[in-house]
Amino acid sequence: MEKAPGVITVNEKWCKGCGICIAFCPAKVFTAREDGKPVVTNPDACTRCGLCELRCPDFAISLGGKSHGE
Amino acid sequence: MANDRRAQLLSGNEACVRGALAAGVRFFAGYPITPSTEIAEGLAAALPKVGGTFIQMEDEIASMGAVIGASLAGVKAMTATSGPGFSLKQENIGFAAMAEVPCVIVDVQRYGPSTGLPTSPAQGDIMQARWGTHGDHPIIALMPASVRETFDLTVEAFNLAEELRTPVILLLDEIVGHMRERVELPPDESVHVVNRTKPVEDPETFQPYKPGPNLVPPMPAFGDGYHFHVTGLAHDESGFPTGRGQDADRLVRRLHAKIQNRKPPVARAEEWQLEDAEIVVVAAGSVARSARAAVREARVRGIKAGLLRPITAWPFPENEVREAARRAAAMIVPELNLGQIVREVERVSGGETKIVPLNRIDAELITPAEILERIQEVAAHVD
Amino acid sequence: MSIEELLERYTRRDKLPHIWCPGCGNGIIMGAVIRALDQAGVDQKKTVIVSGIGCSSRAPGYMKFDTLHTTHGRALAYATGVKLARPELKVVVLTGDGDCAAIGGNHLIHAARRNIDLTVVVFNNDIYGMTGGQYSPLTPQGSYATTAPYGTVDRNFDLCELVKAAGGTYVARGTTYHTRMLIDLISAGLGHKGFSFIEVVSQCPMYYGRKNKLASAVAMLEWQKEHAVPVKAAAKLTPEQLKGKFVIGELHREEAPEYTEVYAEVVARARGEEK
Repeated sequence: MEKAPGVITVNEKWCKGCGICIAFCPAKVFTAREDGKPVVTNPDACTRCGLCELRCPDFAISLGGKSHGE
Repeated sequence: MANDRRAQLLSGNEACVRGALAAGVRFFAGYPITPSTEIAEGLAAALPKVGGTFIQMEDEIASMGAVIGASLAGVKAMTATSGPGFSLKQENIGFAAMAEVPCVIVDVQRYGPSTGLPTSPAQGDIMQARWGTHGDHPIIALMPASVRETFDLTVEAFNLAEELRTPVILLLDEIVGHMRERVELPPDESVHVVNRTKPVEDPETFQPYKPGPNLVPPMPAFGDGYHFHVTGLAHDESGFPTGRGQDADRLVRRLHAKIQNRKPPVARAEEWQLEDAEIVVVAAGSVARSARAAVREARVRGIKAGLLRPITAWPFPENEVREAARRAAAMIVPELNLGQIVREVERVSGGETKIVPLNRIDAELITPAEILERIQEVAAHVD
Repeated sequence: MSIEELLERYTRRDKLPHIWCPGCGNGIIMGAVIRALDQAGVDQKKTVIVSGIGCSSRAPGYMKFDTLHTTHGRALAYATGVKLARPELKVVVLTGDGDCAAIGGNHLIHAARRNIDLTVVVFNNDIYGMTGGQYSPLTPQGSYATTAPYGTVDRNFDLCELVKAAGGTYVARGTTYHTRMLIDLISAGLGHKGFSFIEVVSQCPMYYGRKNKLASAVAMLEWQKEHAVPVKAAAKLTPEQLKGKFVIGELHREEAPEYTEVYAEVVARARGEEK
């Protein structure tokens, strides 16, 4: 898992491809791959709201950096 | 709570309370049930005085769960019940065996099956004590025969539980629980008390189920900073479930071995007039009292009788029984059930001697006269 | 705190990834519990997490605390023993709808009645997941399960009403969709002195969703979004308008004497009388 601040990363080993992050991202940052796992295709739209991290059942998404949300 | 040295009149249940306090009990959870209730009542009054906690839970199952929780939080914990409640506690007793949680369960046996005769004596739970919970669990069960011995074995129950990290059952029967005897209890400071061994390792590298030299893992308490996991699932030395059969095999074999290999042996029996005995009466709990009187009377009449009294129902005192069987012409096994101890005697004696059961299930105790009569009948046939 | 820091501090990372199915709500709730524990500032060394049996009850195994995975339905009984023996410990119970409302229902109402200081988080996925999809006391009446092939006959509990009636002093309901609110509700429960209870409406896409025309986690979260009504909004609606919906947020809070504190007074009284 990369840890560059401010860059959304998906831990592919943990991601089970449920699609929650893709469906509910308010900024439509993710796109589904063929296997259903998310790819960050629109990073500039990210508002760092943090909902993808909070709703990921597999702890597989990281916004990167320390601050998000509030 | 200071014991004075003067002799006092106590019931077995009251002696159990005193023994538990002398052993350092600090938690009791229970549910009212005849004929064990005096133990709960005694500890409800006594525990707050020593800074301990008493709680009457919503049912027998909850009581057993709370006892295990309290023990994991680091205090000596117990419950007391009778047949129907003992049945309800069994699943959690198995958890205590598997997760190695020290605790004491008192079962004041009453007449069953089912609700049976709630105020009448029986010894029908000997096999339930051994096999009541599912799976191949080890268990220790102690069977006192007097008020003073109830005190002593209550202390020993806690000591064994703490030393071996295992549930220990104290099997009273209604007679021992309710009879009153004049006893002199030892002062608290002279009572030998064992406390569980705590780990000394760094919490970072600590393996909560890595056994010590006696096959028993040192035990931290919740809140000590070890962040350990406790589960009824088969687990490895880390305490986490692995799902591997060989880990389960290693664990369950060790649970048995820690009790079987203990020195001195956990299993023990009292031998009385056994050196030259041709007829050996094997009796435990309240029945052993009648058996002792019968043996004494038989000796007066010139019959070489003796008494072998299992103090531990489990582990069964196999060596003692086997040795006695080798020398005796016959063994008589009186018990307040349709034959539970006798099965063990038969198994252990391996056909070395004639075995004669004597069973009573009419809610009355077995009298010395009945046992004497059986001794005389057997004596007439063995020569 | 970043997710990496949260995982490092509060989870047993070597046990992850977890065993739960794709889209299962358990991971979301466990994440919310961890964030709430952090937000409430609990002392990790003095916190015990207790669970029963079922999918949700595996959560403590992933959490770096003193953790106790008990027998089915009995988490609250074990937790009561832990708390009574050492009242200074924070005790959190993670349980499922079957574990807590069926086999453990008696313990639930009595723990609530005592107002003992435990925080209970119910992972309500409307189904027994571990055994493959049988109906629970929270399965909505008429829905399908492997043991209800023609639809459930049983009426389902409103667990929050039950706990409130039994004497629980903090009662809330959240969802896995409204994750931020959920963290706040759990955090408030952790801060409350007394029996705090948070029901989390969650999703089991594998065994509930597939049988009930909610074929994915996404569809189930959409359903939550459409059917959850926040407390304030619900207050303005008629029972007719609320039909088929469920209310989320803090549903009940009151101050009442806490069990271990009252028992401490018993100890003082018993010792005073002895003098």
